[in-house]
Amino acid sequence: MRPELGHFALILAMLLAGLQAFFGIVGPALKRDRWVSATMSAAAGQLVMVATAVGCLVMSFVDFDFSVRYVAENSNSALPLFYRITALWGAHEGSLLLWILLLAGWTAVVAIATQRLPRRFVARVLGVLGFLSFGFLLFTLITSNPFLRLEPPAPDGIDLNPLLQDPGLATHPPVLYTGYVGLAVAFAFACAAMLEGKTDSSWARWTRPWATAAWAFLTCGITLGSWWSYYTLGWGGFWAWDPVENASFMPWLVGTALIHSLAVTDKRGLFKSWTLLLSLLGFSLSLVGTFLVRSGVTVSVHSFAADPTRGTAILIFLVIAIGAALALYAWRAPTLKSNAGFELTARESFLLFNNILLVIAAATVFGGTMAPLIAEALGQGALSVGPPYFRPTFLLPILPLLALVSIGIHAGWKRGHLGDHARAILATLALAVALALAVVLGVFAGRHILAVVGLALGGWIILSSLVDPIDRLRRHLSLPRSILGMSIAHIGLGVAVIAISILEPFTVERDIALGNGQSAQVGAYDFKLIGTSNVEGPNYSAIRAEVTVSRNGRTVTTLFPESRQFWVRKQTESKAGMKNVHGTDLKLALGDDLGAGRWSMRAQIRPMITLLWLGPLLMALGGFCALSDRRYRTARATEPIPAGVAAPPGAAKEHAA
Amino acid sequence: MSKTAAAHAKNLPQPARTADATRAPATPPAGEKPRLIRFIIPLAAFVAIAAVLGVGIKNSGTVGEIKSPLVGKPAPNWSLPVLDQPGRTFGSKELAGKWYVLNFWGSWCFACKDEHQELLKISSSSSVPIIGVDWRDDDGSARNFLDTLGDPYATVATDHDGRVVVDWGVYGAPESFLVNPEGVVVYKKIGPITPEEWNKNFASRLPPGLSDRKS
Repeated sequence: MRPELGHFALILAMLLAGLQAFFGIVGPALKRDRWVSATMSAAAGQLVMVATAVGCLVMSFVDFDFSVRYVAENSNSALPLFYRITALWGAHEGSLLLWILLLAGWTAVVAIATQRLPRRFVARVLGVLGFLSFGFLLFTLITSNPFLRLEPPAPDGIDLNPLLQDPGLATHPPVLYTGYVGLAVAFAFACAAMLEGKTDSSWARWTRPWATAAWAFLTCGITLGSWWSYYTLGWGGFWAWDPVENASFMPWLVGTALIHSLAVTDKRGLFKSWTLLLSLLGFSLSLVGTFLVRSGVTVSVHSFAADPTRGTAILIFLVIAIGAALALYAWRAPTLKSNAGFELTARESFLLFNNILLVIAAATVFGGTMAPLIAEALGQGALSVGPPYFRPTFLLPILPLLALVSIGIHAGWKRGHLGDHARAILATLALAVALALAVVLGVFAGRHILAVVGLALGGWIILSSLVDPIDRLRRHLSLPRSILGMSIAHIGLGVAVIAISILEPFTVERDIALGNGQSAQVGAYDFKLIGTSNVEGPNYSAIRAEVTVSRNGRTVTTLFPESRQFWVRKQTESKAGMKNVHGTDLKLALGDDLGAGRWSMRAQIRPMITLLWLGPLLMALGGFCALSDRRYRTARATEPIPAGVAAPPGAAKEHAA
Repeated sequence: MSKTAAAHAKNLPQPARTADATRAPATPPAGEKPRLIRFIIPLAAFVAIAAVLGVGIKNSGTVGEIKSPLVGKPAPNWSLPVLDQPGRTFGSKELAGKWYVLNFWGSWCFACKDEHQELLKISSSSSVPIIGVDWRDDDGSARNFLDTLGDPYATVATDHDGRVVVDWGVYGAPESFLVNPEGVVVYKKIGPITPEEWNKNFASRLPPGLSDRKS
């Protein structure tokens, strides 16, 4: 019964989503206030139904109901409870269901948090979200129903893909999806504003906290994915420009542009049509990314499920949803007016350049991801695009962008008044360049020009971001959370830039051979074999090497790589010694016995890799900090009619759970 | 899609200094027409992209088939411990110059049990070596699996941390690759090999001496 109940709940959810879309879009247009009110009820009902369906599927997993095909295909009687629950999004059907649940959740939070906004406008937002939800539910029910039964039931399950049996991967999709789906809220706000024919920029202020929250979740999700692929998969890299990775990176780049351009539209009433377009583009790229991952049209190491019928269905949905939104844009955007002017050195200009460069960066990533498809469509045969394309073409727009951050941060609205900040700008730049040269030449003893440039840019961003908060503190001025959040996020960007600038050129990987008491230099570190000893484990005996690692004559750590011989399995396994010393990963794997007490070893040094995880986390933290600003909360109390939207940070974070 | 980028860039408002009376953002009277066209560009670009995606679907093969970036390319180099022989490693070096079938499996994998019967038949009827890669598995249960069901493999290597699995872009177990003596991946099958599948896509690609047992 339970799977049938879930299936039924899903059908009801689709009908309610359809009603939500109808009442929400048609009601305000016909000025029927009852219909407007009904939108809210439909949204609540939809959430209840979707949650019921998800609950049924989770319980089928928990109770080992192998008569459900999806459960039989993605779990096993030996699978621990934690993975039986995360198996929900272990394959296509369930992850689609998770997507729908998150969309319904975001919709509910929007409905609750926007009570002070004009009701017709909110109804339109919910209507657009209902339309998207309807599309996804219809798609799920037609092509990807997770509640199909097996006749006869399977005796046991096939098990969850072992690659997914890992805490990193188990938690990374929900966070990433929360970000993807969050962009749907910005999309819906933009569509609602266009449906209403709004010519002012109040919608931009209402959208801001939502866009920031979605962006922060997206940042966390991408970082988790990267961290997972580095530590668990042991690919050695943290980013491979794989189509699946690009699919999450493009919405992030556009989302970053969006949160900046929303600020301009909100504060100065400029860039209205451009901001609208970005709002549409962010979610559209999420959808296109989903399509690329799900349809099997691109070749990727971690393609999800390849099924052209599904691909066709997503494409149809894509064309309807994005096509309608862009048609609405072509119709409404020309009526928008931005009257205010600004000077070339004003903050507006810098944010304009920020937008242009970020969109160009997203376009180059998009081009590289699509190129194999375009080549195939034109009959040019298979074309493979990899890091040699992505790296330089991505750096081209990003390097000037990073430089502009540090100057633009000081620029005032409307008139730049950059002259007043000339001293701060030059002083931070000089300091950053000096530090970068000192680090590259002094610490790493390398002459890598791109590393110096990257470090200087990253350091400059950090120093510039500190100027304003320090100045405010010194003058005993208040430091609003929006400014604090912005500073934290920019510092995070600087940290990430520094991490990549160090990692790219100074990662060392070398095979060495050591006898007792001998040492070899790898990078800046000396690896010295003190000796080997035999140790006994619970079910193995091992040869353990003791290797001290020193730098400039000072011992930093001792690594104990082991070569384990299992008694029962009669098999040798190499257990690498790994330590993170001051943010640098030092890894040493014991290889073969070369005789005469000599051993082959593989040493890897990844300097400052901890910063790579810290940077994006700071960025996300900055985002959450900014959206908790009083500006969005007190606006409700002070401005009774069209007030600012508050996204209670707690409510937004609930989605991550 | 740098073309789209340029198109989008055109939609951007211009800084006021460069844009006085002639190109002032959103001051319509002059040049009403070009402005309208400008706002249609995103829609047009999207239609073009959707068309490419549509062609992509048409070219993307049949249901369930995942194209592998590896087919037609040199197989990744690999070397793994052998299940039955402590300390010995086995891999692409040992297999150089030979046709072989590389089969990724695990005792945890339900579909592998189905496939196992077919692999046993293949191993008795043809002389191409089937190399098993036991993936993310416990060696004890793997050996138990082979002891009870029979062992079709010429050699079984173990990939405990799934490194080689990722190199080969394995989507799920079971999965099989046919590799030729030049070390090039000739064919990839996701899911259990069926008799029809074997005859149609594996045996047909092998030289006659290997597709059936000589003696």
